[in-house]
Order: sequence, then structure tokens, then C-alpha cells
Amino acid sequence: MKKHSRAFWPLLIAALVFYAVVQGLILSGMIGNYEINNLIFISINIILAVSLHLVIGVTGQFSIGHAGFMAVGAYLSAIVTMKLELPFIVAILVGGLVAALAGLIVGIPSLRLRGDYLAIATLGFAEIIRIIFLNIDYVGGAAGMQVGKMTNWTYTFFFMLITILVIVNFTRSRHGIAAISIREDEIASDAMGINTTYYKVVAFVIGSFFAGVAGALFAHNFYIVLPSQFGFLKSVDILILVVLGGLGSLSGAVISAIFLTLVSTFLQNYPETRMIIYSLVLIIVMLYRPQGLMGTKEITDYFRGWTSKGGKGNGKDTTT
Amino acid sequence: MEIIQQIMNGISVGSIYALIALGYTMVYGIIKLINFAHGDVFMLGAFIGFYAITIFQMNFFVALIFSMAITAVIGVLIERIAYKRLRNATRIAALITAIGVSLLIEYGFIFIRGAQPEAYPDVFGRQSVSLFGATIDIKALLILSVSVVLMLLLQFIVHKTKTGKAMRAVSHDTEAAKLMGINVDNTISATFAIGSALAGAAGVIFGLYYTKIDPLMGVIPGLKAFVAAVLGGIGIIPGAMVGGLILGLVETFVSAIGLSLWRDAAAFVILIVILIFRPSGIFGKNSREKV
Repeated sequence: MKKHSRAFWPLLIAALVFYAVVQGLILSGMIGNYEINNLIFISINIILAVSLHLVIGVTGQFSIGHAGFMAVGAYLSAIVTMKLELPFIVAILVGGLVAALAGLIVGIPSLRLRGDYLAIATLGFAEIIRIIFLNIDYVGGAAGMQVGKMTNWTYTFFFMLITILVIVNFTRSRHGIAAISIREDEIASDAMGINTTYYKVVAFVIGSFFAGVAGALFAHNFYIVLPSQFGFLKSVDILILVVLGGLGSLSGAVISAIFLTLVSTFLQNYPETRMIIYSLVLIIVMLYRPQGLMGTKEITDYFRGWTSKGGKGNGKDTTT
Repeated sequence: MEIIQQIMNGISVGSIYALIALGYTMVYGIIKLINFAHGDVFMLGAFIGFYAITIFQMNFFVALIFSMAITAVIGVLIERIAYKRLRNATRIAALITAIGVSLLIEYGFIFIRGAQPEAYPDVFGRQSVSLFGATIDIKALLILSVSVVLMLLLQFIVHKTKTGKAMRAVSHDTEAAKLMGINVDNTISATFAIGSALAGAAGVIFGLYYTKIDPLMGVIPGLKAFVAAVLGGIGIIPGAMVGGLILGLVETFVSAIGLSLWRDAAAFVILIVILIFRPSGIFGKNSREKV
């Protein structure tokens, strides 16, 4: 198993060039707040999609409570910046770490459950987290909590990059391969001596950490955090990114995050239409292509055939 | 007698949960699918009852039966259109589809008629009877009697009719039932029809009791009814009834001691405790997953 795919360095450099170009455009004032906001939304959604991809796509654990961990990150980071008046970067890390801790607390008991029971348990936990924030007066209860707008393109871009790098490296490591074996057949991998609970919890905690980071960025992109922003519908929003992209495809999650964020920006004045389209996408994709649009393929798999000039066929991953 | 009143409230709320939970538990027992759209069938039932009473001027009981008939058809349609192709799909695919169907019903309905709530017609007024020194709203008694009648009817269907026998056979072992000449497709449709009719009835009596209905009203009662089904042991019919009643009572008492904002959390705490310590529910038997 190679540490990186051949496309790793070119893609990383391309990403940094993209960042520099956008940052240049922002500094020169050539793109306005609307475009910047869209880029921030896309990046936050990519973080969410990729972190949930690790839980659902790589490890095969069906969690539908991702918004709960996002809420933890959002509120904790808001407390750090607004009440303790510490720098934003500290707030993001605290948000991520506390969300990871929440992931650990939720994960250890509930990851003993399988399939739909796990789904329902995570949904229940997310609702409990939301109701807790709704009932704490310190963070404003149902009226929400005022925050300053601190999220900018640089923060979101680099945290998005870090998320992708960490999750790609995790997936390619021994841990990731163990996680994939759990996805393919939990009982068989258990029988092969893999500590399934350990790997499931690790993946869940990493996923929760980045959900918390995304929550921190999300909270500081508005002027207010509300419990109602992190309900079941938010979890479904994140779920659909992973489902559409492919259950097991990181680049699929990224592409669908970009695509669906743009779609929902166009539809933001028609929320019902947006939800109808989302639900039809969920149903139709599941009925006709239950593995998601890209399945477990990565975008680089499609290009490998062109670049390797028919040489040693290393187009197939050895993971399944 | 405050306590009797609270118990009575708890039982009425609980019997609404129980009626919805029966549909969850029957469908789960037969095709191992958490039918997320079930809460929305409940919502549609409430609206059908509302329109039947206000527009068609039906008597309450006629409206109840009318609503049950229509929701039964809706349940079968959902099964035939969305779930039938997924019989052999993975559990995750089926669950995602069910979430999709649920959202489609909610937002499709909002798209058609708007999201504004409706006030349910007050058919019975504010009559009450006194019982053991407590005044009890007549609507609570009505909910209780409708639920009891429907549950007895369900017990009769499941245990005494041919369809019920087929349902039990299919839920026990689909393949073997097929070999014995049972029409599995029709049996599954019958399950959806019965479960949805019960949810429709629950919708109508919910509207009567809470007097306000809106297109997203099915979400929370739907989830709580699912909790009730898990609590009693999913797939077990008496379990769903008991689970619903326990949940209703717990919720009423959580509200009564002044924690009404935590009421919704109580259901999920129960769910998680049950899933962790006794995933098969109160009445369930533990079974190992077969390889």
C-alpha cells in the first residue's frame, strides 16, 4: 500500500494555487461578499460531508446525528469567543475537541448497536444535545446566542484542507483498512481479530471532531447560533451529500457538497422546492443506484487510466 | 385528585403513541424497515379527518373511518412505489429511502397547501366527567375508547383471520412462508394498510385532543412512537401498546414536575437506555445475529 496516490502532490498544489487565486481576488476586491459567502458555505459543507463520509462511507456505521456534533462545536466555540474572548482559532479547536469528546461519549455505548438501531440512537443523541442547548440559559436558550462574524475564507479553506488530508491519510492507513473491512463485513472482520469497536469509535470520534470544527465555522459565519439550526433536517442535509456522492467515495462527497451547495443557494428563496428535490434525489438514488453516484470510486480512479499509459495496472485499490 | 388527572392525560397521549407505534412495529416485524414516513401518514390522517369534518361535514366517527380508509390506501401506495424495490437492498439504502419518502410527503404537502397550521373543529366541546373525584375531559375518554377498540380489532385480525396468520408467518420466516404458498407481496401490503389506517386514526384523535395540526406535526410523534415500539420490543404487537402507554405516562409526569421543556428529551433518553441495556425491548427475546 502506497502512502499517497500519484495525484497527491499535484492536487495539493492545485488546492493551494486555488486558495491563493481566490484570496488575491478577495483582496483586490474583484469578488464580492456574496461569492465569498458561497465559497465559505461550500467549504463548510465539504468538511461536514467528508467527516460524515468517514463514519458512513468508510466505516459503514450509519449515523444520522451529525448535526448534534456540529451543534456542540458551534456552541462551545461561541462560548470561547464571546464569553471568554479568546482568539477564533482557539475556539475552533475547542469546538472540535469537545465535539470529539461528545463523539466518544456517544460512540462507546451506541456503536455496539448495528444498522438501523445505531441510526436511531445517533438521531436520539443529536436531539438530546439540541434540547440541552435549548434549555441552557447561559447560551441563550431558544432565542439563541449572539456571536461575532469571524469566519473568513482563509480559516474555512485551511480547515477544509486539513479535514481532507487527515481523512485521506486515515483511510489509507492500517486503521482505515480495518475500518473498510468493518464496512464490508463486520462479523467476518471481527472473526479475523480486528477490534471492531475500537476502529468504529476512532472513526466516529474523528468524524465528530471535524463536525465540531465545521460547527464552529458555521456559527461564526452568522451573527447568531440557534438550537433550531441543528435539528434533524440539518443531519439529513449532510447525509444527502454523502449519499449522492457515493457511500465510500471521498471525492464524491466533495463534489456533491460543491454541487448541492450551489443548488441550494439558487433555491434559497424556495425552501419547499429544495426539500422536495432533496427527498426525490434520496429516493431515486437509493432505488436505482443504492451505492451512491460514485460508489466507492474516487475521482482520481477515473484519470488513472489516462495518465498511466497502459503500464502497470494499479488502477484497482486492494482494499476490498 | 391531581394524580388521577395526570395519569388519565398520560394514558390518552400514550394511546396515541401506541396507535402509531403499532404501524412501526408491524412493518418492522415483517420487512425489517424503520418506516420513517409513518409519522407523515399520521399527519395526513389528521388532515384528511380535518377536511372530512370541515368541508364534507361528516360526523366525527364517519370522518375517523374515512381517514383510516384513505391512509390505508396511502400506506399501500408508499410501499408499492418506494419500498417494494428495496426488499433485497441493504438496510442503509432502505432507511435512506424511508427518510426521503418522509421528507417528500412533508414538503410536498407544504408545497400544495402551505405550511400554516389549522385549528381542529371542536366536535365535543369542553365536556368533562368526574371519576373518583377527578374531572376528566371527555375527549381523553374518547381517545382511550377509540384506541382500545382499534387495538382489540387488531388483535382479532392478527390472531383470528387468515391475513393475520399470513402476517405472522411472513414475519417469522419470509422464505418459508413463500414456500408454503403465502402471497408475500399481498401480506406486506396488508400490513402497511393496517398500520397506516391505525396511524390515520391516531392523527384524527390527535387533532381532536390538541386542536392544532400542521404539515410537520408528524415528525416528533412519529419518532416518539418509534421509541415506544423499541421500548416494548420492536416487532411485538402488545409491546408497542405497552411501550406507548409507558412513554405517554413518563412524558406527562416529566411535564407535571415542571420540566416540560425536557419532555422531548425524556423519550430519547429512554430510547438510548433501552437500546444499550436491553435492545430487544421489554417483551423481546435476545437473539444472536446469524452469520
